[in-house]
Amino acid sequence: MSSAHTGARPPARRLPLHWLGVLPFAAFVFLFLILPTMKIVVGAFQTPDGSFTFDNVIGLFTPSILSAYWISIKISIASALLGCLIGFAIASAVVFGGLPKWIRGPLLTFSGVASNFAGVPLAFAFLATLGPVGILTVFLRSNFGLDLRLLGFNLLSFWGLTVTYLFFQIPLMILIITPALDGLKREWREAAEILGATGLQYWRMVAFPILLPSLLGTLALLFANAFGAVATAIALTGSSLSIVPILLFAQIRGDVLGNPHLGYALAFGMIVVTGIANAIYIWLRARSERWLK
Amino acid sequence: MKKIWAWGALIFGLLYFTLPLIGMTNFSLKMRRGEYSFDAYAKVFSDPRFQETFTYSIMQALFTIAFGVLLVVPTAYWVRLKLPGLRPYIEFITLLPLVIPAIVIVFGYIRLYNTSSWLPLTGSIAGTNVLLMFGYAILALPYMYRAVDTGLRTIDIATLTEAAQSLGAGWATILGRIILPNVLVAVLSGAFLTFAIVIGEFTMAALLNRPAFGPYMQLLGANRAYEPAALAVIAFGITWGCLGLIQLVSRFQKIAPPKA
Repeated sequence: MSSAHTGARPPARRLPLHWLGVLPFAAFVFLFLILPTMKIVVGAFQTPDGSFTFDNVIGLFTPSILSAYWISIKISIASALLGCLIGFAIASAVVFGGLPKWIRGPLLTFSGVASNFAGVPLAFAFLATLGPVGILTVFLRSNFGLDLRLLGFNLLSFWGLTVTYLFFQIPLMILIITPALDGLKREWREAAEILGATGLQYWRMVAFPILLPSLLGTLALLFANAFGAVATAIALTGSSLSIVPILLFAQIRGDVLGNPHLGYALAFGMIVVTGIANAIYIWLRARSERWLK
Repeated sequence: MKKIWAWGALIFGLLYFTLPLIGMTNFSLKMRRGEYSFDAYAKVFSDPRFQETFTYSIMQALFTIAFGVLLVVPTAYWVRLKLPGLRPYIEFITLLPLVIPAIVIVFGYIRLYNTSSWLPLTGSIAGTNVLLMFGYAILALPYMYRAVDTGLRTIDIATLTEAAQSLGAGWATILGRIILPNVLVAVLSGAFLTFAIVIGEFTMAALLNRPAFGPYMQLLGANRAYEPAALAVIAFGITWGCLGLIQLVSRFQKIAPPKA
């Protein structure tokens, strides 16, 4: 609370009571964000009667739960990687590609909308497009004789979820990376060209290293974004695909694992995974901001 | 060469993003065999469950916005004015809801505020409604706080506060009649984003068993064919409307608040 003392200098006020002003906020955040999370974390290491144990966390290492985590992580990595790649391609096409200037505004607005268009309606949109009687499925079948199902594509699968998640991943990438691309100074490119660099060399040796932290950072954010997505997955697959958020949802609803404290451990595992992804994001963003000022 | 590549990327993006939108719109109009009609929409709008859940979610959104504004504006103002040293910590806390999945937070609520606890919020309908609203306020916190904080940065709050105080204004007057009007655009941006988040939220409402719009959509999706597509079109329209309103109010300000 030393900051309260330094803040108390200018006007006439004797007691350092300034911190009282953030008390409502602190109390609210503590009661409805920190405490519930702590409850889960502590519960993951407790037996039903309250004593300490590692059994719950060890209980996660069963084939069915591990495979749920594995599919979740795979979907999150795939949709984050593809989201980064495609989002980067679109953003750099608009920033550097010599496209008409007016495209930029609508693209960013649309990205704002699409990155918020997640959840249940997004699943409906994809069911109507790539589902068994979706517009694209029917179109490909009747006009080109391509049956997506015979080709092995199923919306209720790894690739189906990944393709659906990309609908909010790509716009998020565009929103985050466009300012970073704007931050690449023209002088850097000119300096590289004067020194005889080709376009490819400029990208490989100047622009890419500068952008790398923000690229990797965004990757981490997109990963966490996909990993925590519950509604889209449930609306899309019901409970046919066993990924961690769906498993946890079913566990909270009806204790499908048959051990309430295993549910805590499952949730704790989610916090650990997204926590790691976001720690990487925060660390890398701090590094990238040093360059892009 | 470069241009071809750039157009290629853009067209790919355009196809990927418009196809699902076309797909859902097309599907939502096909309820009547062989011709396009608005039957699915008529069905949805006349469903009393739709009206109930939609009204419920709108009420939740409005309460969340009111609560969020009352919580965030004074806090962000106070931290900027008196406790600038706390800013990095508060900012970190407001970003936590992006790290901790909503399903984990609501799981914590269910275990922490159940009927046998010291604060049995889930014991009554009113209590659960309040708990859900608090949950939404937490989900919206990253967006709300950042919007308000960015808005506060563009005005000189120290000078405004001193001027108001020397004219005899109390804290309530300063906040309500000086600070709030000055950051109104930022507050509205945060409010519209909150609205867009709350209106379709599924996880928290479903697990707290409240009759909100998100769980209703999911239930309909599991049982019907054409109505879900109509709902998706409506939900997309709402999201688009909220984000459009943010653009609109931002235009009234010289410096548009950066989008989260």
